Amino acid sequence: MGNRARTAHVEFRGISKSYDGRTLVVKNLDLSIRTGEFVTFLGPSGSGKTTILMMLAGFQSPTAGEILLDGRPIQDLPARKRGIGMVFQNYALFPHMTVGANLAFPLEVRNVGAEERTELVDRVLRLVRLEGFADRRPSQLSGGQQQRVAIARALVFEPELVLMDEPLGALDRSLRDEMQYEIRRIHRTLDVTVVYVTHDQQEAMVMSDRIAVLREGIVEQIAVPEGLYEEPERAFVARFIGESNLLKGRVTAVLDEVCEVETGGEKVHALKVVACETGDPVTLSIRPERVAINSVPGRYKNEVSATVEDLTFLGDQLRVRLTACGRSDFIVTIPNIVGHSPLLRGDSVRIGWTALDCRALNHERS
Amino acid sequence: MAGSLRVSARLHRRAQLRAFGLVAPLLIFVGLTFVTPLATMLVRSVYDPVVADALPETQMLLKDWDGEEGLPSEAVYAAVAKELKRAGAERTLGQVASRINRVQGGLRSALARTERALRDVEQGPWRETMGAIDPIWADPATWHAIQATGERFTSRHYLNALDLQRLPSGAVVAQPQERRIYLRLFWRTIIVSSIITLLCLALGYPIALLIARSPPHRANLLLILVLVPFWTSLLVRTTAWIVLLQTQGVLNDLLVVLGLINDDGRLAMVYNMTGTIVAMTHVLLPFMVLPLYSVMRGIPSVHMKAAASLGAKPLQAFLRVYWPQSLPGVGAGALLVFILAIGYYITPALVGGSDGQLISNMIAYHMQTSLNWGLAAALGGVLLVGVLVLYAVYDRLVGVERMGLG
Repeated sequence: MGNRARTAHVEFRGISKSYDGRTLVVKNLDLSIRTGEFVTFLGPSGSGKTTILMMLAGFQSPTAGEILLDGRPIQDLPARKRGIGMVFQNYALFPHMTVGANLAFPLEVRNVGAEERTELVDRVLRLVRLEGFADRRPSQLSGGQQQRVAIARALVFEPELVLMDEPLGALDRSLRDEMQYEIRRIHRTLDVTVVYVTHDQQEAMVMSDRIAVLREGIVEQIAVPEGLYEEPERAFVARFIGESNLLKGRVTAVLDEVCEVETGGEKVHALKVVACETGDPVTLSIRPERVAINSVPGRYKNEVSATVEDLTFLGDQLRVRLTACGRSDFIVTIPNIVGHSPLLRGDSVRIGWTALDCRALNHERS
Repeated sequence: MAGSLRVSARLHRRAQLRAFGLVAPLLIFVGLTFVTPLATMLVRSVYDPVVADALPETQMLLKDWDGEEGLPSEAVYAAVAKELKRAGAERTLGQVASRINRVQGGLRSALARTERALRDVEQGPWRETMGAIDPIWADPATWHAIQATGERFTSRHYLNALDLQRLPSGAVVAQPQERRIYLRLFWRTIIVSSIITLLCLALGYPIALLIARSPPHRANLLLILVLVPFWTSLLVRTTAWIVLLQTQGVLNDLLVVLGLINDDGRLAMVYNMTGTIVAMTHVLLPFMVLPLYSVMRGIPSVHMKAAASLGAKPLQAFLRVYWPQSLPGVGAGALLVFILAIGYYITPALVGGSDGQLISNMIAYHMQTSLNWGLAAALGGVLLVGVLVLYAVYDRLVGVERMGLG
């Protein structure tokens, strides 16, 4: 397992794609996916994530670069010969066939014998917990059940690589939550490599080993879920993953790992993530839960005064909107645990955070 | 509460009334121009009172005559003589004679001659007098013909339409070989319509597929191209085929120039069945393409991708995934084209020559030339029943609600 985990299952080398010959929807993608890994391409619509998946599946060909599957280039291999399972948006189940026939289809075209076929179909139906549904039509199933069939169909011929293109997009929230854990369970049971595409960060966080955040055809950052949240390297990632206070500022001093940034009339210390020099514009990212209100003075490197504008009770947390650093949308969240001092709208408070929790990222034009 | 219910019921009634008012013009129009003529013609196929009205006494007296003891009695001759004279005076003799003539050929002129000769005769014995005027009056067949046409409600036309006849004994038997024409014509119509339907399917399916898989702006352009024939007069389209296909026509000239045939061996492609099939396939093609397209548009293109990703070859993917889903369109298109073809008239009339004629041309002949409207109506009735049977079979096999007419 240890050895296997290190081999590259899928490798993108300098992949670019253009539909019209002018604009690139994928720009020079270099990415390696290990065997058994669950990698998610996460990005807003138009970021090129589905295009990447379609190139891997064989429905689009890259304008430049090559894609390796188990070390072999596959650009010239038609989709049907790649042996890759694919779960489509809106399922793409064949409505004129029963569930059983849908699942048997990939086996029939591979000339798998009738006996083995039945066995494999039964096994995959057990895997997705749809025993006894083989004779139903897709139209007689709920959305969640159809989704399970679609996943089962992509798995029944035992591919080593499965692609999923926003498979949960058509489901409602609670069903989506349930299916995320279902897909994670299936991935862990089968130990297949999964490449997943979504615009929903929670989905990505729940299931992925690594997440590649895409924006306009470029991978902004690829990291494990914790890494993306704790150590965003780009302002876009900080904004896209979780919630962040993004403050525009200008570097006033640089000292090794730390820099001093002037933002909204306050001078704060920040971790220097982006290469910058004095005078450069940067974006500061501060997570709302890393900010303390009215803590012991002097405890934090950065302390500024603020005014409470709005309070929202969210059950597990209290969400406080403040005016601070020259902005009126500075958000701080306080976990709902005993002992925090009551706040009222209009209160003047002191807020503080460490330099480590304040990341100086690339300047974003907006 | 009760008051608001009453108000809502009244509003509902008013809405219904308005809806009815909106469709009323169409209902009246369809009733006057479609339902009424159709019903009239169908009635005509079984109801023919002309002879019964003109010769009531003769018919009544003939009821007791069964033809076995030779010619009818003197009283019958007297009655027919009186009523023929009256029909002659009322100018209905022509209609009467032509109906009787259809059952027994040659009687039309004999009846007219008899009527003319009888004008000056006031006294019997009628049997001898009339026998002297024309020998038909000594032939029991004449009397059978008068008897047969005298029924107000008759199955005669339908029997005729199916190449059957009723013997004087009442038995129903096939027409003699040389008079069997309609069944053969029905079969020919069905076979030709089937060929045209298959040709339309073979030509239309790829076009519909292309349109359904094109991006919207190109699909619109292609659809317009499919519809252009609809905006051209049917007559123009059909005569265009004459120009192309005739012996001295464009296609034959081209073949001669290319040396594929020599000048004496020019192909007869029009004024025969070939012409009928070619021109009708062209005319009916849009009726195949449109329902096919409307069904195909509903088949997600991702299904073919899914089939490919599951390992299916393109042909496998088409046969197992696409074709079955397009079947409602195939059924609708085929049914539409077949039903239109089976009753098509203008095109075979123009380019069909003598052996490219279909049953509808025969119906038109009986409507316009032989003026045997009863038979025309019966042939149309048989056609109508055939179409309804076909529709029922389709409904049973595919389900009409699955038919994709768009």
